[in-house]
Amino acid sequence: MTPVTSNHALELIGLKKAFGGLVVTQNISLAIRPGERRLIIGPNGAGKTTLFNQISGDMRPNAGQIKLFGTDVTSFAPYQRAHLGLSRTYQIITLFSGDTLEHNVTLGLLGLRPSRWQMWRPLSFYGDLATEARRTLDAVGLLHLADHPVSDIAYGEKRRVELAMAMAQKPRVLLLDEPLAGLSDTERSTVKSLIAAIPRETAVIMIEHDMDTALDLAETVTLLNYGRVIVDGDRDSVIADERTREVYLGV
Amino acid sequence: MKWIAAALLAALLVALPFFAGDFYVNLASQILIAAIFALSLNLLVGYGGMTSLGHASYLGVAAYISALMTSRYGWGHGPAALLSILGTTAMAAFFGLIALRASGLGFLMITLALSQVLWGLAYRISDVTNGDNGIAGLTRPMPFGFSIDSAASFYWFALIVAWFAFLMMTVFVSSSFGSSLKGVRDQPRRMAALGFNPWMIRWITFIYAGFWGGIAGLLYVYYNKYIHPTSLSTTSSAEALLGVIAGGSGTPGGPVVGAALVLLLKNYVSAYLERWNMLLGLVFLFIVLVMPNGIVPGLSRLLRRGSR
Repeated sequence: MTPVTSNHALELIGLKKAFGGLVVTQNISLAIRPGERRLIIGPNGAGKTTLFNQISGDMRPNAGQIKLFGTDVTSFAPYQRAHLGLSRTYQIITLFSGDTLEHNVTLGLLGLRPSRWQMWRPLSFYGDLATEARRTLDAVGLLHLADHPVSDIAYGEKRRVELAMAMAQKPRVLLLDEPLAGLSDTERSTVKSLIAAIPRETAVIMIEHDMDTALDLAETVTLLNYGRVIVDGDRDSVIADERTREVYLGV
Repeated sequence: MKWIAAALLAALLVALPFFAGDFYVNLASQILIAAIFALSLNLLVGYGGMTSLGHASYLGVAAYISALMTSRYGWGHGPAALLSILGTTAMAAFFGLIALRASGLGFLMITLALSQVLWGLAYRISDVTNGDNGIAGLTRPMPFGFSIDSAASFYWFALIVAWFAFLMMTVFVSSSFGSSLKGVRDQPRRMAALGFNPWMIRWITFIYAGFWGGIAGLLYVYYNKYIHPTSLSTTSSAEALLGVIAGGSGTPGGPVVGAALVLLLKNYVSAYLERWNMLLGLVFLFIVLVMPNGIVPGLSRLLRRGSR
């Protein structure tokens, strides 16, 4: 695993994924620069989440290549990709509901540290982990709930814990799968400002249906439909593109 | 309050041979051995979400290796114990490679099948294992020159080992690794995305559980001075699993309580009832209906409700 220098944080080359006869991702090629803010849009069933699952390693593509900072990770397991700086959140909340918020974020921290293999020392002895977990929770405005189990908190707060777990890892590429789904207007603007505050070292790729909010956060936009890239480019040019209106905005 | 209770319990355990007769001391020794065994199974079942029906493999193989080496090949207890533990742990590593190809029911069936193979072998290769006759006339070791032949001395020996085992396994599950294990049990996909290697975490736990299963097996053969293929049987695995579930899987104390319950029922009820298994079944039915999470979580919930 020798690091190869590359101008791109993430590169997808001719990615293809089919479930039986149903082709969900057809020949997708994308290149994302370090620190880029990319929004991925498309109607339901366009293959957005399937694309994310291939990037994170939950699914293997049938053909094509995935490169993270120049390293070909196509055959890497999800955890190996995490160690190269990839992190993600889930459209369906995937948290440890019986554990406290602090413990959830601590797991995010632990995942990239060698001390995750430590068997002879109670986790509670690692004061630095707890401190850092609390700092991350503070950053998403949930410090006051740190000692509560996830099952006790509201849905909108769970969305922020999802974000906090990913942010704790200080990823270089962050995949956000509908981070605003199911949120009220107030929560939406909270999460929006949290995403806007993500450090510029991190490239953010976001799937989102709430165009009003998401477009503000994006620099570049990719439109998918039926598993293909329809339009890809600067935010304004994609919005102005006729095909975007046709496919997505239904005009 | 908690510390006082723990200190009282410890004092009671240490002083037991001074006020209890040999019968009860021996019963207590058996409970300690069953407790270590159940605790090791609990690492898989409770903390790893890997329900195994073949855990008797480790107890049985460790016991057989020690028995064979000391009786047939004339080894001393020290090297025999070492080989027994190393062999059992290596076997766990190998079995883990096979069993962890599956999860859930598939995992359960593979562990069951592997233990059945060993059980069959213990019966069949009677040239080595003495088959259905078992291996009798074994001796107990002399750890650090102390004889552990009396009921009391063996009990104290078992108590030290059990205390150490409890400590090591409790620290294990509360460590970073233990948190990873519980995380992989609850959300394997998320854990992988966070940088944890779920397979490796499960495999290491499988080996560690096998190691402590082997320690229980050594104590078991020292206590009984006899080993028979039944120790490798599914019944033996299932009793331990019942103990874990009845006591409360995924809790540090549950398996100890559950193992004690199974042994007490077995020893007391079987004296009066031939079909003691039936009563065991009814007791478990009761536990599952009244305290679905097991005795320890059930009782602590009751206590919390009472103190409010």
